[in-house]
Amino acid sequence: MTKKLRIDDLLNWLSGLSIMAALYLVFVYAPTEATMGDVQRIFYFHVSSAWVGFFAFFVTLIGGIAYLRGRNRDWDTLALSSVEIGITFTSMAVITGSIWAKATWNAWWPWQQEPRLVLVSILLLLYLAYLMLRSFLEGEERKARFAAVYGIVAFVSVPFTFMSIRWWQGLHPVVFEREGMHLAPTMLATFLFCLVAFTILYFTLLLHRVRLGRLEDQLIGLKERLRQGAGG
Amino acid sequence: MYYLFAAYAVFWGLTFAYVFTIASRQKRLEKEIETLSRSLTKDQA
Repeated sequence: MTKKLRIDDLLNWLSGLSIMAALYLVFVYAPTEATMGDVQRIFYFHVSSAWVGFFAFFVTLIGGIAYLRGRNRDWDTLALSSVEIGITFTSMAVITGSIWAKATWNAWWPWQQEPRLVLVSILLLLYLAYLMLRSFLEGEERKARFAAVYGIVAFVSVPFTFMSIRWWQGLHPVVFEREGMHLAPTMLATFLFCLVAFTILYFTLLLHRVRLGRLEDQLIGLKERLRQGAGG
Repeated sequence: MYYLFAAYAVFWGLTFAYVFTIASRQKRLEKEIETLSRSLTKDQA
C-alpha cells in the first residue's frame, strides 16, 4: 500500500512539474514564429493532446486484445479508462485546432479544405459510441466482451486520421515527415518536451482512472453479495 | 493573443474538469462501499 502511494505521489508530482516546465518552454524558451506570431504556440499543446488521444486509443486496442485472450477484468478496466482519457485529449486537440484555424485561416471549422477535421470528428464519435455501447449492455462480462471487440475495430480509424494530412493534402501542416521535422532546434526541443510531459500526464490520469474502475468492480461485488444474502 | 489564451484555457479547463470528475466519483464510490460493507458486516453478525 505504501509502495502504491509512493508511485501515485511520484507520478502526480512528475506530471505537475513537467507540465509547468512545458509551459515555461512554450511561453519563454521557444522563439516567436516569424509568420504566425504568438498563435503558433498553440501548436505545442495541440499536437501533444492529439498524440495522447491516439496513444490512449492504442492502449484501448491492447486492453481489448488482452481481455479477449485471458478474460481478465483488469484489461477491460484499462481499456475503458484509456478511452475516457483519449476522448478528453482528442476533444482538447479538436477545440485548440479549431481556435488555431480561426487565427490562421480565419475559419473555425474549414472542413471542406481539411479532411482531418472530418476524420477526427468521426474518431471522437466512434469512441463516444464505445461509452454508449457499454452503458446500454447488461452484465459485466458481456459489456467487457463487446467493448473489447468494438475497441479493436474502432482503432482502424486512428491510422486513417493520422495519415489523412499526408494522403489528402488539406490546410493542415505536416509536422512529421520522412526527411525530419521542419522546426527550429529550440522549437523542436520544446515540442519534444511537451510530448513527454503529456505522456506522463496520461499515465498519471490512467493510474487514477484504473483505481476508480477497481472501486466500481468492488462495489458491484458487494452489491452482488448483499443480493445473495437477501435472497438466501 | 486572445486565441492563444483561449486555447490554453481549453487545455486547463478540460484537464481540471476531468480530474475533478475522477475525484468526485472516487469519493462517492468510497462512501457507497463503506456503507455497503457496514451493512454486510451487520447482516453477517
